[in-house]
Amino acid sequence: MNIAFFYALTGIGLFTLGLYALIKHKHLLRKILAINVMGSGVLLVLVALAARTQNTPDPVPHAMVITGIVVAISATALALALMLRLCETSGRAELPDEPME
Amino acid sequence: MEALTLLSWGFDVTLGGTLMWLAWRTLASEDLFKGIVLFIAFGLLMALAWVRLDAPDIALAEAAIGAGLTGALLLAALAKLESGSKESQPLQESTITKAMVNKSDKQILFRLLLVILLSVFVAGLVYVVLSLPLQTIGLSETVAENLDASGVSNPVTAVLLNFRAYDTLLELAVLLLALLGIWSLRSPSERNESASGKVLDMLTRLLVPLLILVSGYLLWVGGHAPGGAFQAGSVLAAAGVLLLLTGWRPGVRFAGLALRFALVMGLAVFVIVAVVMVLLGGRLLEFPLSFAGNFILLIEAAATLSIGITLAALFFGTRPKPAQSSASREESGAQER
Repeated sequence: MNIAFFYALTGIGLFTLGLYALIKHKHLLRKILAINVMGSGVLLVLVALAARTQNTPDPVPHAMVITGIVVAISATALALALMLRLCETSGRAELPDEPME
Repeated sequence: MEALTLLSWGFDVTLGGTLMWLAWRTLASEDLFKGIVLFIAFGLLMALAWVRLDAPDIALAEAAIGAGLTGALLLAALAKLESGSKESQPLQESTITKAMVNKSDKQILFRLLLVILLSVFVAGLVYVVLSLPLQTIGLSETVAENLDASGVSNPVTAVLLNFRAYDTLLELAVLLLALLGIWSLRSPSERNESASGKVLDMLTRLLVPLLILVSGYLLWVGGHAPGGAFQAGSVLAAAGVLLLLTGWRPGVRFAGLALRFALVMGLAVFVIVAVVMVLLGGRLLEFPLSFAGNFILLIEAAATLSIGITLAALFFGTRPKPAQSSASREESGAQER
């Protein structure tokens, strides 16, 4: 067990925590936060596993993670705008329990 | 040596534990505002974790985008949410109490099932990760061998803008698409510029030029050391967010075509370079060796400006109202409603 695997396991922990919160919480802002935590977990696993080299870590996953961070903020911004629009039209920042007719 | 290893292990375990704890508190805290502030702290500690994993490029991006701009976006959304749902507050309260009362056996069963399923899921993931070989070379040697052909000496920039430029091209498109989505969700906002206090005004005047300078430095240094277009763009966006928060709005002249031109410039320059190379008989996104460095700098400079303005526009949320065709816009806005 070295540092790479320790951080990879932390990443799995973060992902699972986020997934649990995503399913459990109803408020959409909490769901968006949960998705962000999940994303951080995935990126942590990727970079941790890239650090298993002898000298310098693998730069390809690093570049992919930078791409991932930018895509994550784009998705978060769009999700927040959708949430605000939903709140404007329905008056609450939650999805309805029953499917709409 | 032993003491040093022990110390670094102590640091890593503390960092990992704090990350988990912060993530848990972020998602479990009653107060949404507190949750978001904890999420910003979580992002900053993630940047520290990236440094521990020898990924300074990602640490820079995470500190600026992951912690800074995402936090600003979330806080702005929360503020709008709370001001928008002031009157429907009692409704939310009642749903919460109803949910508390209605917490039946079915829900507890559901929660139990969820925990069991997630435990199985975690066990599977841990097994997969631990069964990976302890050491690999990955693609680091391939990248190191071809680094001379890329035109830059920072391996991460070489991967981002040369070896896997396709990813970066599509990423710029994703950023633009997100902004288009947000703009189409709301009608354009009125231009309401407001003056800030003297202290804030002075601070902005000092900080914004400094941020622009840092952004330029990060862009330039990305060729041979940690840095690059995304980090530079997000620092530029931070300057934009600061200006927007102090009440500054882009002039009416720039809110129309000029703004849209700046938004698509990064993607456009990238596509033009790619198409020109195809027309000259090369392959898509293949840069000739002698010009590769210049091409990368050109694309990165355009991308930095576009990323910075796009991220600041994401924060602003609505498209600014153009000056000339305001009457026709209002008509279409009324039709939408």
